[in-house]
Amino acid sequence: MNDITRAEVCATAVADAFKDDGEIFGSPMGIMPMLGVRLAKLTSNPDLVISDGESLFLAGVPPLFAKAEVVEGWIPFRRVFDVVAHGRRHVMMGATQIDRHGNQNISAIGDFARPKRQLLGSRGAPGNTVNNRTSYWVPRHSPRVFVERVDVVTGVGPRLAKEAGPAASTYNDIHRIVTDLAVLDVGGPDDTVRLLSTHPGVSVEEVRAATGFEVHVPTDVTTTREPTPGELMLIREVLDPRGLRTKEVST
Amino acid sequence: MKPRDKQMTIDEVVGRLKSGMTIGIGGWGPRRKPMALVRAILRSDLTDLTIVSWGGADVGLLADAGKIKRLVYAFVSLDSIPLEPLFARARQDATIPEVCEWDEGMFFTGLKAASERLPFLPMRAGLGSDVLVNNPDITTITSPYGDGETFVAVPALKLDAALVHLNRADAHGNATYLGPDPYFDDLFAMAADEVYVSCEQVVDTAGLTLDTPVQRLLLSRMLVTGVVETPNGAHFTTCTPDYERDEKFQRHYATSAADPEAWSAFKQRFLSGNEAAYQAAVAAFAEEQA
Repeated sequence: MNDITRAEVCATAVADAFKDDGEIFGSPMGIMPMLGVRLAKLTSNPDLVISDGESLFLAGVPPLFAKAEVVEGWIPFRRVFDVVAHGRRHVMMGATQIDRHGNQNISAIGDFARPKRQLLGSRGAPGNTVNNRTSYWVPRHSPRVFVERVDVVTGVGPRLAKEAGPAASTYNDIHRIVTDLAVLDVGGPDDTVRLLSTHPGVSVEEVRAATGFEVHVPTDVTTTREPTPGELMLIREVLDPRGLRTKEVST
Repeated sequence: MKPRDKQMTIDEVVGRLKSGMTIGIGGWGPRRKPMALVRAILRSDLTDLTIVSWGGADVGLLADAGKIKRLVYAFVSLDSIPLEPLFARARQDATIPEVCEWDEGMFFTGLKAASERLPFLPMRAGLGSDVLVNNPDITTITSPYGDGETFVAVPALKLDAALVHLNRADAHGNATYLGPDPYFDDLFAMAADEVYVSCEQVVDTAGLTLDTPVQRLLLSRMLVTGVVETPNGAHFTTCTPDYERDEKFQRHYATSAADPEAWSAFKQRFLSGNEAAYQAAVAAFAEEQA
């Protein structure tokens, strides 16, 4: 079980972001978040509620994109909004940009009135970030993603939430930013992005160089843990036998 | 006495719409969109529309055809192709005069407010984000109760007309969805003055619940203005279980849309005739690809 890949380290890092969540809706956007959430449900947090990404809560933990054998609930989009407002949810979204204060952008690059590049739109990011725990997955940690100031604030970081008042900040909970290089959070001084661990083989200097702002580096930065043999078996044989994870992180 | 028969043709539906109207389009992204009605709008003289949609190709096509004066959306996506190419181009060329990008939950709340005939409903979504910066007409409201907290006052998304596509309907406007998700078609209907339902099949009223749980009856006829049978009318979006998304066709759409010449050829082949011509061209395309 040597030759552990970076993608597999990322999967366990995502899983660890959900390990203390208890019995809530783990809501992943994209392949790596989905893999990590399902890994968490099979290991650290069996109480996690997971869906097929469409409209069903799954009782079992099927491989990525497989049909579930047993269904335990119905979660059409309108009920997702109910759960968001209720708060019993942890979403891991993507991010085209993240800034020093943990704000996220998936709307547009450049000037909003005439963007250089139109992206998805705000989607549910503004609501997610002031209602339920939110994490981000960044498959390519680079200065293009980690910028001093996002072009459009879709996901609200803790500082902007505080400025908007208690209705925004009470449930603002930006939990983890998992990238192909590191695990970060927003616990730095003045609610800024802070490095928690670098993945095996990645130096703090590499993370600094790949981050377009001054990332807070505390003295106790650790190395992201490697998956256990049991987790590797689950990732490789059970959840992602087709190796979709390597499409996102190839090294 | 039976209630009245509301069946009409696609062209009759579009003939009842007017330039400048605010039109809500049901479904979600690339799922169960009333595409036959959207295609008919493309062929029409309608202009200066305000379009309210959790957007997919409906928004891309209407934007490309210059039909949209004002767009209210939270995202525009084809899912398996994340960025809608025609919408992206319209945004990057700034050809949509007014753009209102909301959070997708705000959008739900705005429809709820309209359906309950309220001017607004409060929620957290939007606070602290650029949704409030880029929509300066959306304001906040302070709770009159002890907490004194400030929330977004999401304005009602009042619609002149709603267009939705369901699996089955009767001639009077009762309609069922048979797929995994009702989306928000009932809310679109309640937020609108006039509601036009396209469906895969018009059946007897009794047929609506013959082998289908009554909970799947999403629309009551009291909400519905007109019913039109448009088989394959959601193409190329999903209409589960009648059909899934036509991924090959969607890829062809997206690839063509990325290149002006290919896009002209696509429009010539698929969008220059009526709905029957469209469906014939789609069938021919499917045969080529098989």
